[in-house]
Amino acid sequence: MTDPFLELIGIRKSYPGVVALNAVSLSVCPGEVIGLVGENGAGKSTLMKVLGGVVAPEAGVIRTDGVERQALTVHDAMAAGIAFVHQELNLFENLDVAANVFIGREMLTGGFMKLVDTRALQRRVQPFLRRLGCDFAADVLVETLSLAQRQLVEIVKALSREARLVIMDEPTSSLTLTETERLLSVVAALKADGVSTIFISHRLGEVERCADRVVVLRDGSVAGELSREQVNHAAMIRLMVGRELKGTYTPPANAPSGEALEIRDARTLTFPDQTVNLSVRQGEILGLAGLVGSGRTELARALFGIDRLLGGTVRVAGAPLASGRPRSAIEQGLYLVPEDRKRSGLLLDVSVAQNISLPNLRAYAPGMLVAVGAERRNAERQKNSLGIRVPDVCTAAGVLSGGNQQKVVLAKWLSMRPRVIVLDEPTRGIDVGSKNDIYVLLRDLADAGVAILMISSDMEEVIGVCDRIAVMHEGGISGILDRPAFSEHNVLRLAVGARLPEPASQNGS
Amino acid sequence: MIFKKDIGLLVLILVVGTVVAIINPRFLLIGNISNTANQVGLFGILAIAQAFVILTGGIELSVGAIVALLGVVFIDLIVNLNVHWVLAVMIVVGAGMLMGLIHGVLVAKVGMQPFVVTLCALLIYRGTARYYTEDATVGFGFGASFPTLEWLTAGRSELFGPLARLIGYDGPTIAVPHTLIALAIVTILAGVVLHRSVLGRYLFAIGKNEEAARYSGIATSRITMVAYVICCGLAALDAIVLAMYTRSIAPAVHGNFYELYAIAAAVLGGFSLRGGEGSIVGVVLGTILLQVLQNLVNLLGIPSSLNFAVMGSVILVGVLADQQFTRYRKRSLAQASRLRGDSSIAARAAAARAPDPSESVPRHGA
Repeated sequence: MTDPFLELIGIRKSYPGVVALNAVSLSVCPGEVIGLVGENGAGKSTLMKVLGGVVAPEAGVIRTDGVERQALTVHDAMAAGIAFVHQELNLFENLDVAANVFIGREMLTGGFMKLVDTRALQRRVQPFLRRLGCDFAADVLVETLSLAQRQLVEIVKALSREARLVIMDEPTSSLTLTETERLLSVVAALKADGVSTIFISHRLGEVERCADRVVVLRDGSVAGELSREQVNHAAMIRLMVGRELKGTYTPPANAPSGEALEIRDARTLTFPDQTVNLSVRQGEILGLAGLVGSGRTELARALFGIDRLLGGTVRVAGAPLASGRPRSAIEQGLYLVPEDRKRSGLLLDVSVAQNISLPNLRAYAPGMLVAVGAERRNAERQKNSLGIRVPDVCTAAGVLSGGNQQKVVLAKWLSMRPRVIVLDEPTRGIDVGSKNDIYVLLRDLADAGVAILMISSDMEEVIGVCDRIAVMHEGGISGILDRPAFSEHNVLRLAVGARLPEPASQNGS
Repeated sequence: MIFKKDIGLLVLILVVGTVVAIINPRFLLIGNISNTANQVGLFGILAIAQAFVILTGGIELSVGAIVALLGVVFIDLIVNLNVHWVLAVMIVVGAGMLMGLIHGVLVAKVGMQPFVVTLCALLIYRGTARYYTEDATVGFGFGASFPTLEWLTAGRSELFGPLARLIGYDGPTIAVPHTLIALAIVTILAGVVLHRSVLGRYLFAIGKNEEAARYSGIATSRITMVAYVICCGLAALDAIVLAMYTRSIAPAVHGNFYELYAIAAAVLGGFSLRGGEGSIVGVVLGTILLQVLQNLVNLLGIPSSLNFAVMGSVILVGVLADQQFTRYRKRSLAQASRLRGDSSIAARAAAARAPDPSESVPRHGA
């Protein structure tokens, strides 16, 4: 192949507490399709931000067409022909295809009146649509297009800017099989025209089919590269895992018994064709692993009643929950610690004490009025027992650090009578010390008879804390692992939808 | 509950009042004060009504039209249909609450925008009121007399009389209009509900962050509906008081712009149209300021056509000053914590600004 037109050499980028990228090098040759794989948090997103000129690396060199730079600006990246097709598409639904493609650089007519020359726009877009084999015209509104078609519009947009490298971030995560096939043929068409692609995907099968070369990231470093002949599932997974996991596991004080949470044939809006069957026993911590977009958060929301279940039942200690009613879940003692604590977990400019009392406010209001004293005393109690670091419980919750905010969210529920606690990524963005506090707390809760369902994308956490691990893939449970079968390798295989080699350790469906 | 913002507003009222009194001493005449107090009572109830809805991040544009429609209905009930006035009050307040319920359902259950729902309601009620009376002015005929009702709604009591006699003062005292007493009662009740009760907490929570409220198990749509019911119920009550005050209603103009006065008072009183912020004392002070301004226009010989212009300018300057002050206070707070070496707040502010590694790839839209 010809010389690379884009090279990253020794890129390093760290955020407070995490090294996101460490000495990462990557080169792209014209017409090359590079598969980029890695677990959640391996550094893929940060690497793409460096390429897009949004994040400036701390060390390393970026060479485009022989020009060396410390960092790219957004403008440099565009000028170098780097274009993105995002997971969440950035299109204007109320405009037609041509207007979207040329947004911000419309051809004008009418002199000083600066009218948009709609016909010229469409004339320019047409050849691109033909080249990619699109089945829609340049003048249809984007809101009438399917997600797959919108993706093609994004690709056309990239091509119209004379892109030489198209970066696709999880492009197939919401496509049907036939749409995926077409996208892969588009990648091939781009390749034939000499346009390179970086194909980021959790779906290893697709990567295997289209990539000329696969780069595997792990913990911010390149774990290895596989050439066309070497690319296969086993090799990719081997490179993705292989981290030393510290043994921090504390076994339950007494053997878990009795089903606290029972999910039967549950179907959620995002994956209406998949049913989930799962049960969590009293006193155990069940980890729910899976890749981003595998339907775990949707399941958690449906359990708690934020969204309706399309079908199936959820029982807490034998009693069925009313679908779509958080109050019903709360009354039965099923609580949710949501994924986005700033948006869904807390009122940021309200005091810690008022945040804690909110779900159970009636208990503090024997008459009609809130007994502020009792509210404060409870907050103080929670502050001491959870070790929330705040001088005064009247402080606004938004001022606290991430770890302490998460403890406030937990305190909301622990002041009540929990039977089942569902936690969605409880330690994301939290410092190591608070993480540990939360693990200890979860174990104490479990030992007190609470059933805990913890959604986590942090492999170390899932393996180090949980008693069992259920793995989700495309909206269904692809397997449940008991402790002897715990390994990053096994979890990942189930997460990408592959079967385990030794069926003995797999007791799910 | 009294907040810092309220004190600022109170100071502003006192300053404006002092200036007006110096330029034109008639401002302090007992009759003038009593009349202004009556106006405060009439408009204050509407402003408090509005505050309940604004707190949830909504808006209620139809209160002025409700005042007109329910006003003519009330007069029709007691004058022409000979319904006992107690029953008529109950019917009218009930009708108001029903209107609120409909608005609430459309906003919270159907998901329509509050502005659109209440704008349409405004047009519908205003039109209905005009049709109902065939666009004629309705009022009390000769001989129609409801002494108790009139005393309750339009009467005045020299509450301070006995007190004045006690200290040996023999002159005239301020006759306290009963509308002001009604406002005081509504203020205390609304204040307790908003700042002390479970419902109030829920309303604030919904206004601040509806999603977090939902995740805490609050039935957000039901609480939002309650806000509209309270708002329109209070508006109905005010419709009765206003009808008794004006004693005749021209349905095409009665209550015109009253919703805007109410919104203005709430905004002056520290309510954010985004929801989740404000105090009842602030709303009342906002109403007082607006009425003092009206009075000022009359007393200082400013052409009354400039009335709205004065009001608009003062609200604009007031809200602007408040915003600048808040920004300044936040900045000096952050600075102070940095000087104290209190790493926590400053560091966290810096960390909040740093990009989150979990975010997705950059956007290249334009």
